[in-house]
Amino acid sequence: MTRSVAATRGIAWRLLGTATAVLFVASACSSSSATPSPAFTQPAASQPAASQPAGASPAASAAASQAIDTTTPMTLNVLLMQQAAYSASDIQAMDDAFTKAYPNITINPELVSYDSLHDKIVTAQVGGSGKYDVVLMDTPWPAELVTANIVSDITSKVPADFTSGVFDSAWTAAKYNGKVYGVPWINDTKFFFYNTDMFAKAGIATAPKTWDEVEADAKLIKATGVKYPITASWKQAEAVICDWTQLAAAFGGSDFVDASGKALFNQGGGLAALTFMKKLIDEGLVDPASLSQTEDDVNSVMSAGQSAMALNWTYGLSVMNDPTKSKVAGKMKVAPSPGEGSVTTSGVNGGMSLAVTTTTKHPNEALAYALFLASESSQEMDVANALPMWKASFDNTNVTKGNPDLFAAAKIQFAGLVARPVVPYYTKLSNALQDAIQQTLLGKKTPQQALDDVAAQLPTFQQ
Amino acid sequence: MAVGTLRRAPLKRSKPWPETWVAAAFVAPAALVIFLVVVVPLARAAWMSLFDIELTRPGVEPFVGLGNYLTQLTSAGFWDSVFKALFFTVVTTVLELSLGVGLAMLMDQPMRLRWVLRSLVILPWALPTIVNALMWRWIDNATYGSLNALLTQVGALHDYVPWLSQDTTAMWMVIIADVWKMTPFCAILILAGLQGIDRELFEAARVDGAGTVAIFRRIILPLLTPIILIVLVLRTMEAFKVFDIIWIMTGGGPASSTQTVAIYAYRTAYQGYDFGQGAALGYLIAIAIMLLAAVYLWLLRRTGTTTS
Repeated sequence: MTRSVAATRGIAWRLLGTATAVLFVASACSSSSATPSPAFTQPAASQPAASQPAGASPAASAAASQAIDTTTPMTLNVLLMQQAAYSASDIQAMDDAFTKAYPNITINPELVSYDSLHDKIVTAQVGGSGKYDVVLMDTPWPAELVTANIVSDITSKVPADFTSGVFDSAWTAAKYNGKVYGVPWINDTKFFFYNTDMFAKAGIATAPKTWDEVEADAKLIKATGVKYPITASWKQAEAVICDWTQLAAAFGGSDFVDASGKALFNQGGGLAALTFMKKLIDEGLVDPASLSQTEDDVNSVMSAGQSAMALNWTYGLSVMNDPTKSKVAGKMKVAPSPGEGSVTTSGVNGGMSLAVTTTTKHPNEALAYALFLASESSQEMDVANALPMWKASFDNTNVTKGNPDLFAAAKIQFAGLVARPVVPYYTKLSNALQDAIQQTLLGKKTPQQALDDVAAQLPTFQQ
Repeated sequence: MAVGTLRRAPLKRSKPWPETWVAAAFVAPAALVIFLVVVVPLARAAWMSLFDIELTRPGVEPFVGLGNYLTQLTSAGFWDSVFKALFFTVVTTVLELSLGVGLAMLMDQPMRLRWVLRSLVILPWALPTIVNALMWRWIDNATYGSLNALLTQVGALHDYVPWLSQDTTAMWMVIIADVWKMTPFCAILILAGLQGIDRELFEAARVDGAGTVAIFRRIILPLLTPIILIVLVLRTMEAFKVFDIIWIMTGGGPASSTQTVAIYAYRTAYQGYDFGQGAALGYLIAIAIMLLAAVYLWLLRRTGTTTS
């Protein structure tokens, strides 16, 4: 697993060279030489086991503390994401609790935006100094990061209570080829949020259960004077892939690429979902501004009372119901994302996991930190913005009482989340699909033509 | 002590360095830095552009010769982004120059509080690009942007327009934001050129019966040609490699309608991690910019003035 110094330096040189050439015209960034580290499987030190940190589950601590160095001062560099759920202050509180239990370990968290996270991981770990010990990994990335030898295999080190206690769907965010490369930390999917006032005004009593019902309800709401009843995050970015995946699963097709690498997204559910999205645009039910909107923009539009329904991540509900930010606070409700036909509901896997890097010099301590952040008690810190991934949390009324509707919807959706394609060439595929979906929504290509064009590019991506 | 009794001992002068050595010694540190941070990476990038290098596939880097260049030159995506960059370049440069000349003429007029006008005009240029881009993204917002509010209130629009979500309007919105920011730059340079023109020429022309338009066409424009060409060179090179303002306002969308060649290169190199292709793209863009600059420099020489 250890990379040679020469190879790493070579990659660093290439990064520097490409940065100069490509951003000779834009703006350049460079990198420095990398430092190799012991492989993850090497024990860090043969120190006594640490005392159990406050808040960590016993099994987690037991598994992670087998060879934790509790005396040598060390710093763990951690790359995380700026977000409402597990905000900087939440993370600081978790870090403080961890360092209280392990006074010799200092945590140096670095929070970047989601759009920068993937690029930062790859450039820092492969081309740069390889300084991170723990990185946050999105669902489609394990294949790519494993192929590039960035993240470590921790299959044998995952505590038993994590394996059994965490939703199965959360593990898909951390696995590749049957092996575990991350500790699930964020379990999320897109829920259906709706404005109860607008529904009542249109004479609709309950949330729609199918996408056909969504269409019918949207027409009723439009008739009451709401110009665009639905708003969406369909910008040419990862956001549109998440929505399309969720719809594709509802329309019965969540497999995008078969085992031989052949495209499946241009038929069945993938095709039906895109056709349906285009239909909603053509009927004037979805706001055309959705094509430049991210999830934060959706929250703003819903909070302004401009639209009646939207798909969004968990944190959206607390934003839309926040009286200091929203005109419709208290009127927003959540329901499971609609299904279609025999599919009762669907959810894109928006989970993320904490991965231990191959360049870390402190693999056991890094894993202990990841397990601490993902422990049941840490997960239950901020349930308003991020739902826990522990099954037991959903049966704990102390946890669910703040928002029983959200937990009820989540329990249904978490049982069957679908992943975006977990393939080593995911970034290229995602970029091509984003463009294809927007070409369709703008009427420049038919759904079939746009998806077929991406399917034709697959062999190039796979080279 | 009597003044004048101290005599300075004659200096023992060693043989002076040849002048070229002294010059070389002064230049050496800067030359070394430039060599390390410019020449070496450029050479390395040229070398990389001959290999199939993907960051997420370490250790497998076959030599492909000019394959990366050929791949891009035969790629529809590359040419599409080149044409978008050219469109952006031509429109923004023409608008910025035209408005810049007009603003410079206005600022050159004797008037009270002229300094206030000059300060206000330079303000957009003083703003960081990221601030400018974010500001225009808010102005253009379909739901709560001030542009839609203004146009509907004055009756120019009956309905809100999603300016940044339509492929037909997104590029124009980005162009407006760039023109708003960069016109002052053109105006200030052209104003400097205007102030170098001898005022007696205008008076002589007026005595001969020339009107304002004739003075502008026959005197001002010809004398401003060198500075206009310099502004053209600078703005063309900047506009062709535009990245930041578009990336922040639209991210290259919708449907890649604002994906200029620099954004295409960024996506290839830093999102696809295809560093061989990225290096080749960097060189193709650099060559294109150098060709454009060469045309302008040739025009400059034709006008009888060169920058040298």
